[in-house]
Amino acid sequence: MIRAYGPALALIGLAALVPFAVSANTVLNFIVFALIIALAAQGWNLLGGLAGQFSFGHAAFFGTGAYAAALLQTRYGVNAWVAFALGIVLAAAIGWVIGFLSFRSGLRGSYFALVTLAFAEVLRILANASAFTGGAAGTLVKLDVRPENFQFVSRAAFVWIAVALVGAVLLMTIAIMRARFGAWLTAVRENEDAARALGVDTLAVKLKAITLSAAITGAAGALYVQYFLYLDAGIAYGPWISIEALIAPIIGGIGTAFGPVLGAVALHVFGEAAKLVAGGVPGIDLVLYGLLLVATIAFAPDGLMGLLMRLGRRKTKEAR
Amino acid sequence: MLEVRGLIAGYGGTDVLRGIDLDVAPGEIVAVLGANGVGKTTLNRALSGLIAPRAGTIRFLGEAIGGRKPAAIVSAGLIHVPEGRRIFPNMSVRDNLVLGSYRRGKPARQNNLERIFALFPRLRERSAQAAGTLSGGEQQMLAIGRGLMGEPRLIILDEPSLGLSPLLVEEMFTLIARIAADGLAVMLVEQNVVQSLELASRAYVLENGRIVAAGPAAEIAADPALKHAYLGL
Repeated sequence: MIRAYGPALALIGLAALVPFAVSANTVLNFIVFALIIALAAQGWNLLGGLAGQFSFGHAAFFGTGAYAAALLQTRYGVNAWVAFALGIVLAAAIGWVIGFLSFRSGLRGSYFALVTLAFAEVLRILANASAFTGGAAGTLVKLDVRPENFQFVSRAAFVWIAVALVGAVLLMTIAIMRARFGAWLTAVRENEDAARALGVDTLAVKLKAITLSAAITGAAGALYVQYFLYLDAGIAYGPWISIEALIAPIIGGIGTAFGPVLGAVALHVFGEAAKLVAGGVPGIDLVLYGLLLVATIAFAPDGLMGLLMRLGRRKTKEAR
Repeated sequence: MLEVRGLIAGYGGTDVLRGIDLDVAPGEIVAVLGANGVGKTTLNRALSGLIAPRAGTIRFLGEAIGGRKPAAIVSAGLIHVPEGRRIFPNMSVRDNLVLGSYRRGKPARQNNLERIFALFPRLRERSAQAAGTLSGGEQQMLAIGRGLMGEPRLIILDEPSLGLSPLLVEEMFTLIARIAADGLAVMLVEQNVVQSLELASRAYVLENGRIVAAGPAAEIAADPALKHAYLGL
């Protein structure tokens, strides 16, 4: 138990201490944003990494969580915490529907990826056109800084909430990987036909995976809107978040529990550093993302986690 | 225990199986023979629920299983070891085996694992190794062992000798005989006619989606015209 969960618990504990050490708003901003991306990426990793179903459209879940959390508050006066929870539920529901439609018709591999991309784009166009979502002008959540409104004076509170969410998903991922469900996910990823022949109900397994995955990424969206208090269709359903959600696990280590978190943090540290160095060149961080992705696939196909494991093994070999 | 009547199945617009009648009795080894493309694999896929039959009945232990989900058919005790090994290459040998028995309880799993390791000592030696690093013969053993983990009453082996060296083929058939000696019914779907007929008690010859000959294995082995016409010997 300690072997399995110890490193995760230690990391969560350390992350929770950060707001005591750092008080600069820019740094805390950066941490909250990186953790939101990490959460979205953890959701992607559950479906893409563990079950091997690559989605290019996790924006569909991120955006649904975000819009639901925002609109329930602004249009229906629902309490922010309740709206947050409902956002997660609605994102999960969208995940189930998209999963049902695409997995039932047997879509796999690049076909599944393209269909998810199409769903996200359809939602983006609808959200951009509809008056209900505020259209192209977007939706503002009213600033009313009170804890019962899920708004806090100090940014540290958001860091703790984000750490709690990312930490909970981290522990859940480890638990899944150790459980029968995790073995089923791996079986579906490695050879779906063989898994079926062994009596794994692959449709049910994939539906569970996409629903859970959508709920997690939806939580990231709901947290995003609660932190920034503004949303438009491009932020909610735009391709940027689909890409962030899949690049982070690829860089960090696809199908590992820590990979998405490590990848998201590394990616954003790198991006910020690039902005500092390159200064005025707009979009330089995106160019560097591309280079980093190519470098990862060429030199560390198992991501940072794979790289760390390899280094660890080399060390123990040398020690002997 | 397995009773197939008038089975028709196929893909898209074409019927691959055009009316199959077939029986397997408890504890029996039955060979299903035929060249490439006569419908052997389609028959397996229909029996194990991977494709739905278009017509006909499949009864297993008295229950109609035609068109049921593969998971339900596996739970009923009919397990299909697909051709080409289909192991999970990045999982350990042990995890591959354990996956085969998730439909059974936890205590059963440990027992089954011991049983399989006793049957295939090579798998015990390699239990922590990634399955993809095993040799072809070992991978085939793993695929069969994984099927046995689910406690089948009838196991369907699809081309277990495919791609193995002659020596390993010999070993594989000895193993199948040993499995059947435990009282398990085996349906052996093979292109390797000579050895299958030596091992099986009865055989069916498949041609163009139909059964063209059925009977005791010895009789089929002794019929040169039949062997020449359909089995290329």
